[in-house]
Amino acid sequence: MSAVIDTHDHSHDQDHHHGPAKGFKRWLLTTNHKDIGTMYLIFSFTMFLLGGTMAMVIRAELFQPGLQIVEPAFFNQMTTMHGLIMVFGAVMPAFVGLANWMIPLMIGAPDMALPRMNNWSFWILPAAFALLVSTLFMSGGAPNFGWTFYAPLSTTYGPPSTTFFIFAIHMMGISSIMGAINVIATILNLRAPGMTLMKMPLFVWTWLITAFLLIAVMPVLAGVVTMMLMDINFGTSFFNAAGGGDPVLFQHVFWFFGHPEVYIMILPAFGAVSEIIPAFSRKRLFGYASMVYAVGAIALLSFVVWAHHMFTVGMPVAGEIFFMYCTMLIAVPTGVKVFNWVATMFRGSMTFEAPMLFSIAFVILFTIGGFSGLMLAIAPADFQYHDTYFVVAHFHYVLVPGAIFGIFASAYYWLPKWTGNMYDETLAKTHFWMSFIGMNLAFFPMHFLGLAGMPRRIPDYALQFADFNMVSSIGAFMFGSTQLLFLFIVVKCARGGEKAAAKPWDGAEGLEWTVPSPAPYHTFSTPPEVK
Amino acid sequence: MTTAKRSNTKVVGWCIAGVFGMFAFGFALVPLYNVFCDITGINGKTGGRYEGTTTAEADMSRTVKVQFIAQNGPHMPWTFRPAQTSITVHPGESTHVTFVAQNNTGRGMTAQAVPSLAPSEGVLFFHKTECFCFNQQTLAAGESIDMPLVFIVDRDLPEEIHTLTLSYTLYDQERMGEEPKDAKQVSTTTTKMTNNG
Amino acid sequence: MRKKALRVGSLMAGLTLSQLALADWEVNMTPGVTGVSRDIFGLHMTIFWICVAIGIVVFGVMFWSIFAHRKSRGYKPANFHEHTWVEILWTIIPLAILVVMAIPATITLLDMYNTDESEVDIKVTGYQWKWRYDFINEEFGYFSTLSTPRDEIYNRAEKNENYLLEVDKPLVLPVGRKVRFLMTANDVIHSWWVPALGVKKDAIPGFINETWTRIDEPGIYRGQCTELCGKDHGFMPIVVKAVPQDEYDEWVAEQVAMAEKERELTSKDWTLEELMARGEKAYDTTCAACHQQDGSGSPPAFPALKGSAVATGPVDHHMDIVVHGVSGTAMQAFGKQLSEVDLAAIITYERNAWGNDTGEMVTPKQILDYKNAQQ
Repeated sequence: MSAVIDTHDHSHDQDHHHGPAKGFKRWLLTTNHKDIGTMYLIFSFTMFLLGGTMAMVIRAELFQPGLQIVEPAFFNQMTTMHGLIMVFGAVMPAFVGLANWMIPLMIGAPDMALPRMNNWSFWILPAAFALLVSTLFMSGGAPNFGWTFYAPLSTTYGPPSTTFFIFAIHMMGISSIMGAINVIATILNLRAPGMTLMKMPLFVWTWLITAFLLIAVMPVLAGVVTMMLMDINFGTSFFNAAGGGDPVLFQHVFWFFGHPEVYIMILPAFGAVSEIIPAFSRKRLFGYASMVYAVGAIALLSFVVWAHHMFTVGMPVAGEIFFMYCTMLIAVPTGVKVFNWVATMFRGSMTFEAPMLFSIAFVILFTIGGFSGLMLAIAPADFQYHDTYFVVAHFHYVLVPGAIFGIFASAYYWLPKWTGNMYDETLAKTHFWMSFIGMNLAFFPMHFLGLAGMPRRIPDYALQFADFNMVSSIGAFMFGSTQLLFLFIVVKCARGGEKAAAKPWDGAEGLEWTVPSPAPYHTFSTPPEVK
Repeated sequence: MTTAKRSNTKVVGWCIAGVFGMFAFGFALVPLYNVFCDITGINGKTGGRYEGTTTAEADMSRTVKVQFIAQNGPHMPWTFRPAQTSITVHPGESTHVTFVAQNNTGRGMTAQAVPSLAPSEGVLFFHKTECFCFNQQTLAAGESIDMPLVFIVDRDLPEEIHTLTLSYTLYDQERMGEEPKDAKQVSTTTTKMTNNG
Repeated sequence: MRKKALRVGSLMAGLTLSQLALADWEVNMTPGVTGVSRDIFGLHMTIFWICVAIGIVVFGVMFWSIFAHRKSRGYKPANFHEHTWVEILWTIIPLAILVVMAIPATITLLDMYNTDESEVDIKVTGYQWKWRYDFINEEFGYFSTLSTPRDEIYNRAEKNENYLLEVDKPLVLPVGRKVRFLMTANDVIHSWWVPALGVKKDAIPGFINETWTRIDEPGIYRGQCTELCGKDHGFMPIVVKAVPQDEYDEWVAEQVAMAEKERELTSKDWTLEELMARGEKAYDTTCAACHQQDGSGSPPAFPALKGSAVATGPVDHHMDIVVHGVSGTAMQAFGKQLSEVDLAAIITYERNAWGNDTGEMVTPKQILDYKNAQQ
C-alpha cells in the first residue's frame, strides 16, 4: 500500500499533518476521522436512496389491489433488500459516520484511536453492498426470504444467490465490529484530561454502549449465517428438521442478534437528540445520570427479550410469560428517557430550527412507536398483531422518526461545523414538514391495516385494505421524493452560504463548538483541558 | 502517547476476545439449546431410548389418550401411517403400537422419522423403550413394513394433561444429504438424530 | 380524482374522530367470535387506552411547553436539571401500570394454551402454497387452495368481494365445540391465522404445534398465512365455515362418503373430453401458479409445458415427473397430493392443450396401475 503512495508526490503525502492529500487518493487512503466520517455519511445516504427506491417499488405495487408492476417473486426480493439495505447500509453506517466526525471533537481527541483500521472498516462496506446488490442480477434473483431470513426458506429453499448474501453479511459484520472497536478504544483512551466518563456528552455515552452491543451481537449474526452456509453447502443440519435440526433454533439465534440490533439503530439517535434538545431549549439536559443508566438498562434488557419476536412459534407458556414480562420492563427506562426530554423542554427558552423540529418529532413519533411496542409486548394480543402491518407500522415508527429523524436532526445540527456554512433554514423546514407529513401518511394507516387483518410481506391484498394502502403509498411517495430536497440542501450548504460561527447555536454546549467552523482538518492536536 | 498506544492494544485485545467469544457463543447456542430442550422438552422433540429400570405399577385411577399422526416430508413418496389413530392408556403401563410404512417407488430408499410431541409440557413424561425412530429405515422397492413403538406414559404426568399427540414426519435421507456426508460436519446435530426420538 | 381527494380528507378527520364516520375504513381489531378473541380484544383496548392516557399527559406537557416556553415569547429558561423524587416517581408509576397490565395478559395466555378436552381434532399442514386439513378422528382430509381466478389477480377481470380470501374447499367446523388444531408444515414455516377466531400459530416442518378454538356463531371467517413462505405467500388464504352441529355431522358423513366415491371414480370409464375438462380445472388450481395458465412456464425455474419434450414425449416419463416430482427442483411429487383422477386429468390435459395435440389419453386406472407397478 504505502509503496503506491511513495511513487510520486513524495513530499505531499508524507506531509500528512498539514492538510488533506488531493484527488481520489485522499479518500481511498485517508485515515482522517473527518474524511472517513464524511465518506460514511455519503455512503449511507446513497444506500438510503437505494433502499428507498425499493420501498417505492413496494408501495407502487401495493398502491392498488392486484398485481400491476412486479411479480410476487420480485416483490419478495424488494422487501428483503429494502430491509437489509436500510438496516445495514443506511442507518448503521450513518451513525458510524456521525461517530467518526463527532466523537473525537466531543471528547477532545485528535483523531480516532485506530485510524488505519477506520479506513478499512469503511472501505469494506462498498464492497459488501456491491456484492449484495449484485445478487439482484444473478440467476434465481436476490435473496427473497425477508431481512430476517428464516430457515428453511433461506436454506433449503433459498435462491442460489444466498451464499453471496451470506458473504455480504459477513463483510458488513466485520466492518461494524471494526468500527465498534475503534469507538470503544477512542472513548476509553483518548478523552481529553478532565473529561471523566460522567462528563461525556450523551451522544458519546450512547455510542459507547452501542459499540459494546455491536461487539456482543454482530459475531452471533456472523455465527448464524455461517451455520446457514454450512447447511446449504456442507450438508449439516443445524436448521433442517430432516437431519435432526430445528428451524426454530434459527429464530432464537437470529433474534438474539436481532433484538439488540434494534437498539443499535436507536441508541445513538437517543444520544444525538439528548444533545440537540438542551441546545435549543437553552437549558441543561434534565437527569443526565438517569439518562446514562436508562441507556445501560435498555442495552442489558435487550439481551433477554429476543423471543418476543417469536410468540407464535409454539414456545411453552412459561417462556412466553418470561419474555412478555421482560419486554414490558423495557418500557420503564424508555419512559424515563422520554420524560427527561420533556422535562428538558419544560420551562426552557425554545427556538425551532430544523434540528429541534426533527428532535421534537423524534420524541413524539418515537413515543407512538413505543406505545405500539408496548401493545406488541402483551403476548396474547401479539397473537393478533404478529406478522401483520401493525408490526410494520410499529417498527417504521421507531426507525423512521427514531433513527432517520435522529440522523437528520444531527446532520442539520452539525452541518455548520462540517461545512463552515449555515444551511438554508427555509428549505430545511420544508424538508422537515414534508417528511413529517409524508411519514405519518405512509405509516399511520398501517396500524389500521394490521389491526384489520392484513399480513405483512404480501404483494397483493384483499379489497377491504385498498383505501388505506393507497393513502399509505401516497405518503410514502411524498416522503421518498422529499429526501431529494435534503440532498439539495446539503449540497447547497457545502458549496457556500452564510458563514457559520464557531458556535452557531447559542444554546449549544460541548468541545465541538470550541473549534472553528468548518472544523480544521486536524483538531485538538494538543488536548483541551476540561474543567 | 505511548501509554495511550499501549492501552489501545489492550482495549483492542479485549474487544477481539469478546468478538471471538460471542462468535463461539453463537455456535454454543446450538448444543445449549439442545441440552435445554432435552431438560425441559420445550421444542416438543421427544427424548432417546428410555432406560428406566423399575417399571412402576400402572396408575389405574386415570387414563391418558395418546394420539398418533404421521406425515411425509417434501418429496417423500412412501405411504406412512399409524396402524391406529389413538389409544387410551394408564400412566405407567407399557404399550405397544405399530406404524405402517410402504415404499411405493421402484427403488430402494432410506428414511428417518422425526418425532414431535404436543403439548411440549408432556415431553418429559413420555418414554419410549422401543421406537422405529431410533434408527433409519431402509425399504426395498415396493417393500412394506410394520414398525414398532413401545412407550410408557410416566405416572408423574401432570394431572391437567389428558391427551398427548405424537407426530412423526418421515424424511427421505438421500434427498437431504445430497452432499457427501462428512461425519465431522454433521456431528453437532445429525449424530444426535440417531438417538433422538 | 376528486373523490379520492375527499377520501384522503376524510381520513385526516378520521384520525382524530376514531371510526365514527368510517364505514369502509376498518381501523380496529375484530372482537371476533370466540372467547379467546374477545379476551384479546379486551386486552388490546385496555392497553390502547392506557397508552392514550399516558400520551395525553406526556404530549400535553410537551405541547404546553412548546407553546408557552419559547424564546420568541421572551421566556427565560429555568435552571433545574434534576429532581430525584420526580425521577423516582416516573420510574415507579409506569412499573405499577405494567404489573396491573401483566395480570390479565397472563390469565388470557394460560387460557390460550389450554388445549385439553377437545372434541374435534384437526391436523393443519402448510404447503407451498396451500393448506391441508386432516380430520384425524374421522380419517379424511383435503387440500384447500386459493380459488380467486388469475384473471382477477392480473386485473383482467373485476375483483370479487372476497378477492384473495376465497378457497375451493373451506375448513368446516362445528359451532360451540372445542376444536383442537395440530399445526405442522411440509416444506417451510407457515403460519395459520384467522383473526375472528383469535388463532395464530406457526406451522413448522418436522414439528407439531397445537392450539384450539371454540366458535360461538355460525359464519364464514377468513384469514391468511402470516409467515413469509415464498413466492405465493400472499395467495394461500384460509376460510373457516362454522356451522351448527347437525349440519357439521352431515358434512362429515358426506366427506367420508366422498372419500369412498373418489376411490370408485378411478374405475369409471373416462372419455378424452371428460378428462380434458376436469384436467383444465385441476391444472389451473394446481399447476398454473408455476407453469402458467397457457403452459408457457417461467423459465428457468419453471419450464414451459407447451410443446415440451415431457408433455409430448413418452407417457411413462410424464407420469413419473408428475407423480414423483423432480429431485432438486421446485417440481413437487403430486402422487400423494392429488387423486388418481386428477393426476390422469392433468396429464391428459397437458398432453393435449396449447397445441400439444398428442391425442393421447391417460386414465385414472393407468395412474393406479403405474403406481402399483412400482410397488
